[in-house]
Amino acid sequence: MTPPPGVAAARFTQVLQQWRGVVGAEWVFTSDADLDTYRDSYSPMYGEPTERRASAVVAPDSVEQVCEVMRIAYAASVPMYPISTGKNLTYGGSAPAYSGSVILDLKRMNRILEVNERNAFALVEPGVSYFDLYRHIRERGLKLWIDCPDPGWGSLIGNSLDHGAGYTNAPYRDHFEAHCGMEVVLADGELLRTGMGAMPDSKTWQQFRYGMGPTIDGIFSQSNFGVVTKMGFWLMPEPECALHLQAEATRYEDGVPFIDTLVQLIYKDMIGSQTHVESPILGYPVGPDLAKLRADPSEGRAPALNEYAKKNNFPFWTAPFCLYGPEDVIRAKLGHIRSSFERIAGARVRELAFLKFPITDDQVNSAPDKPRFGIPNLAYFTSRFAPGAPLFEGHMDFSPVVPLDGQTVREAQEIFDKVCREHQITPLGGRMLLYHLRAATLIYAIPVGRDAEANRRAREGFSKLMEVAAEHGWGEYRIHPAFMDKGMSLYNYNNGALQRFHERLKDAVDPRGILSAGRYGIWPRHLRKSE
Amino acid sequence: MRHLAVLLAFSLLTLPAAAESPTISWTWRPATANADPGKAEFERACSICHGSGPDRPGTSSLQIKYAGKIPALLEQRTDLTADVVRYYIRNGVAMMPRFRKTELTDAQVDSIARYLSRAR
Repeated sequence: MTPPPGVAAARFTQVLQQWRGVVGAEWVFTSDADLDTYRDSYSPMYGEPTERRASAVVAPDSVEQVCEVMRIAYAASVPMYPISTGKNLTYGGSAPAYSGSVILDLKRMNRILEVNERNAFALVEPGVSYFDLYRHIRERGLKLWIDCPDPGWGSLIGNSLDHGAGYTNAPYRDHFEAHCGMEVVLADGELLRTGMGAMPDSKTWQQFRYGMGPTIDGIFSQSNFGVVTKMGFWLMPEPECALHLQAEATRYEDGVPFIDTLVQLIYKDMIGSQTHVESPILGYPVGPDLAKLRADPSEGRAPALNEYAKKNNFPFWTAPFCLYGPEDVIRAKLGHIRSSFERIAGARVRELAFLKFPITDDQVNSAPDKPRFGIPNLAYFTSRFAPGAPLFEGHMDFSPVVPLDGQTVREAQEIFDKVCREHQITPLGGRMLLYHLRAATLIYAIPVGRDAEANRRAREGFSKLMEVAAEHGWGEYRIHPAFMDKGMSLYNYNNGALQRFHERLKDAVDPRGILSAGRYGIWPRHLRKSE
Repeated sequence: MRHLAVLLAFSLLTLPAAAESPTISWTWRPATANADPGKAEFERACSICHGSGPDRPGTSSLQIKYAGKIPALLEQRTDLTADVVRYYIRNGVAMMPRFRKTELTDAQVDSIARYLSRAR
């Protein structure tokens, strides 16, 4: 056992013994075999000396235990790193941002404390996954939907705190935006509640976000100022129906008007759900014929690609989305959406699926594109896409936010594609995703695995992508711990005033600097490079 | 006074926790009674990837890997040993991450391992 940096071995032994007294000996882990299960399976430094590793794990079962564990850690200045379900794969998983930290594993805190059907909210602990909440709702026949990201095994709280997003209507799919009320344990073990929760016996903790005074919830997201032990979330009332649609356009040159049409329909509230724009011709793993056509990066490739799409009956651009609500309302909206897209020659809107709710177990099982129907799944964890295709072992996502207009999105995609070619990395995606209301997020899933040389190329390419994005005024919305320092350093208006403010907060709220050192570039005073 | 109350509260908490089981369930299905606890654990924790039906990435990946020479469904395999199953749960493979004891206890892993390696 190696003690955390800055903690003497004898003192750490005492701390471990104190924690065993709080959570039970079986929930404190120090063996190599147990610590290995906390490695980031998708680390871009896997197996290298710079891979972030934990020194121990403590897994409390209640907020009272979290308070006591933190008091003990604070007294001994032990660096701690809370995780919820530990499934933030692509963005660090269950490994710490600062090697040697002790993982505070909150998975055992998996209580669904309240689901209120009338006012459509839930109050949960960090270990509650999207599967857990979905099943809870379904078992009780409640007329509520969850909004989940692609993998449903993540934590509502963890995903929300890292600014994760899903697929249904706008107020719900931005998971931090959909939260209402938090309970937080500070580094020294003090317990507080935000918003209306600060009033004892408040009756509106999950219904009114602000309470009185400054709204501080945001400082607990993408940060290291507290351990969130409860969070409320607004849920979408179950709609009468859902119509799953896909808009399609046929030519390379349709990309800009296709995106602009989609965006205007979203701004007018005709399309409420998440959508994304991708290209079967430009964006999927392909056979040799199409790969050859794609290899030409110039605009001059367009006629040949158009011909390939036409010959093989592929749309050039696609945008899937859902309409939710009473059928007559959905059909009326669909008429307007169709007429908008049909202004582009050859474009159309196809109906993919129509469901009336509630649905049976068989319908849940067979529903396509499940997260759009509020159904959690793990479909994205495919390791092999086709016979002979490279084994997919993991990925880290380059996720820049760009202005929501067709011209800029296409320009950004061309720029990032060029960087990827130059650095010999072949990401999946490059899709334009509309998670957020007024900006596009491009997601490039850059493969990482057990090949150190390939990982080195991936890291170099990732770093270059960030720099190129920043040169154009585009920043990432979320990032792997390996790049958090660099990511935050690019948000450096007025010589890094925002980062200095984060550090002033850190010094005030966690003066011994024990919580999640380095997360999103926020380091405690004793570990800052500038000190 | 407040501190005394907190101390009293924590003195109760210091009792060793009972050997309880994490209750992860990566499935949308309601829990079903099953005579074989290993099968129940498998359905609860593994079938969302390794079961049959649409959107099961473990099964579809193994289908491509083995091209039908070995069953892609783990429940149909007759060559799995308990140790092999335990290894992959705790060490992961390809896109499948490692599973921690707070997700699956050793007893739950053993139960799944016994089920998938049972004599048939």
